[in-house]
Amino acid sequence: MMLIKRRDFLKVGAAAGAMASLYGCAGGAKKASGHVVVVGGGYGGATIAKYLRMWSEGGVQVTLIERNPTFISCPISNLVIGGMKTMEDITVSYDGLKNTWGVRVVQDDVVGVDAAKKTVSLKTGGSLSYDRLVLSPGVDFMYDQIPGLNNADAQSKILHAWKAGAQTVALRKQLEAMKDGGTYAIAIPKAPYRCPPGPYERACLVADYFKKNKPKSKVVILDANEDVMSKKGLFTKAWADLYKGMIEYRNNSEVKDVEVGTNTAVLEFDKFKADVLNVIPPHRAGDIAAKSGIKLINNRWVDVNWLSMESTSTPGIHILGDAVFPAPTMPKSGHMANQHGKLAAAAIINMLAGQEPNPEPVVMNTCYSFVDSKNVIHVSSVHQYDAATKTVQPVKGAGGVSAARNELEGKVAMGWAKNIWADMLV
Amino acid sequence: MKLFAPIAALCLLAVASTSQAADPYLGRNLAATCANCHGTNGHAVKGSGMDALAGMDKAKILQKLADYKSGDKPASIMHQISKGYTEAQLDLIAGYFAAQK
Repeated sequence: MMLIKRRDFLKVGAAAGAMASLYGCAGGAKKASGHVVVVGGGYGGATIAKYLRMWSEGGVQVTLIERNPTFISCPISNLVIGGMKTMEDITVSYDGLKNTWGVRVVQDDVVGVDAAKKTVSLKTGGSLSYDRLVLSPGVDFMYDQIPGLNNADAQSKILHAWKAGAQTVALRKQLEAMKDGGTYAIAIPKAPYRCPPGPYERACLVADYFKKNKPKSKVVILDANEDVMSKKGLFTKAWADLYKGMIEYRNNSEVKDVEVGTNTAVLEFDKFKADVLNVIPPHRAGDIAAKSGIKLINNRWVDVNWLSMESTSTPGIHILGDAVFPAPTMPKSGHMANQHGKLAAAAIINMLAGQEPNPEPVVMNTCYSFVDSKNVIHVSSVHQYDAATKTVQPVKGAGGVSAARNELEGKVAMGWAKNIWADMLV
Repeated sequence: MKLFAPIAALCLLAVASTSQAADPYLGRNLAATCANCHGTNGHAVKGSGMDALAGMDKAKILQKLADYKSGDKPASIMHQISKGYTEAQLDLIAGYFAAQK
């Protein structure tokens, strides 16, 4: 089980290689080879697994270790919470990575990294050796910051639903069970957190559900931040136009604790009791990145070299996505994690062929938020590597937000989802 | 072998149109930043409503991008994104997509 099935790699690799050779420049340089282990099959990990196989023309072997049997998307999952989409709509199989691209997909958890020996150990036992390791673990929650939530029972009642999956379904059920006239409260942690506009989108979509089904109900946003963190003008206009009297926004309202029995959020000077209490705790780099001895910033996020996404402290380990200490104005988003995956795939292939990484990488972000079942607003940005500051910097004058909410972008948002899921997984 | 001719030409272009230290795969890497919406190598998912850029004429792609940048072509988002890339980068991107089958 722990041995790589070389025969399978070769079989699929030959097909993928033939296809991939149409895409790349042969160049005459040494061909990349080696074994890359990717931990985490989300937006970052799935993307790099595919692109390593495609761009190396099958020369690099890739093992993807993911704890879930299928990919479930966080973007679009707020529509499941609002009742407009189903879990099936946001679930994609890993079969494309296996069958089309020859990625070895292993359903397991990585419990340890030995950077000196270049091995990872698996929860089910055994270990895998690598030439280069990619960690794309997303985030884990700092439950110690909210003592009442620091146990399994509390976490099963006061949900985050900030990782798509069982919690998405459970939060939807809580909303369905809530009586008309009830209050749903969503608590947002201090930035940086995953998906800056996500909580405000969720408030809109829950309000849309209430408006149509439970019109006496209310949505309260308890934001630990001073102000709305993303698309402020567009969100506040949607709240005023579409949900007047239904959505209440409270800034500087950090949740310090919870009282589980009464669904109460404890703020600094105040308490707030809700019928459905949805607390997104502060987060940090996912466990395997945070506890592997690689350098963190603020004890939370991984410090990376932006030419390669490689750890600044531990050669051979690359980190993608939300776990990374972000470059200036860079959001923690699925779209950005996909871009990290491609930047790192290009760098790793160069490095495995004895070349330097591309000295001028570019990444960009697009994020669509639904303000009701049809209307969408976006934010976009482009980030270019800057040798002077050794990071990627947002391009001045580029990027921006929607002029106004509109239905056209509602269609574009779903087109985005179909294409990015295919770009990662098909 | 016919298929490989445009790729080889693209490789030469990539080397010729940027500084000597440029990565030979720069066009490929830049074009990949578009794939989230326009599909891997410009092969947009059918029925997704996104422009499939694979195999589109290079001059046509560059004209579209120029029109987005200038504001001549109305857009929901491309007027903002196209401004994030240099002319040389857009040239590499258009060339890469045009060479895709």
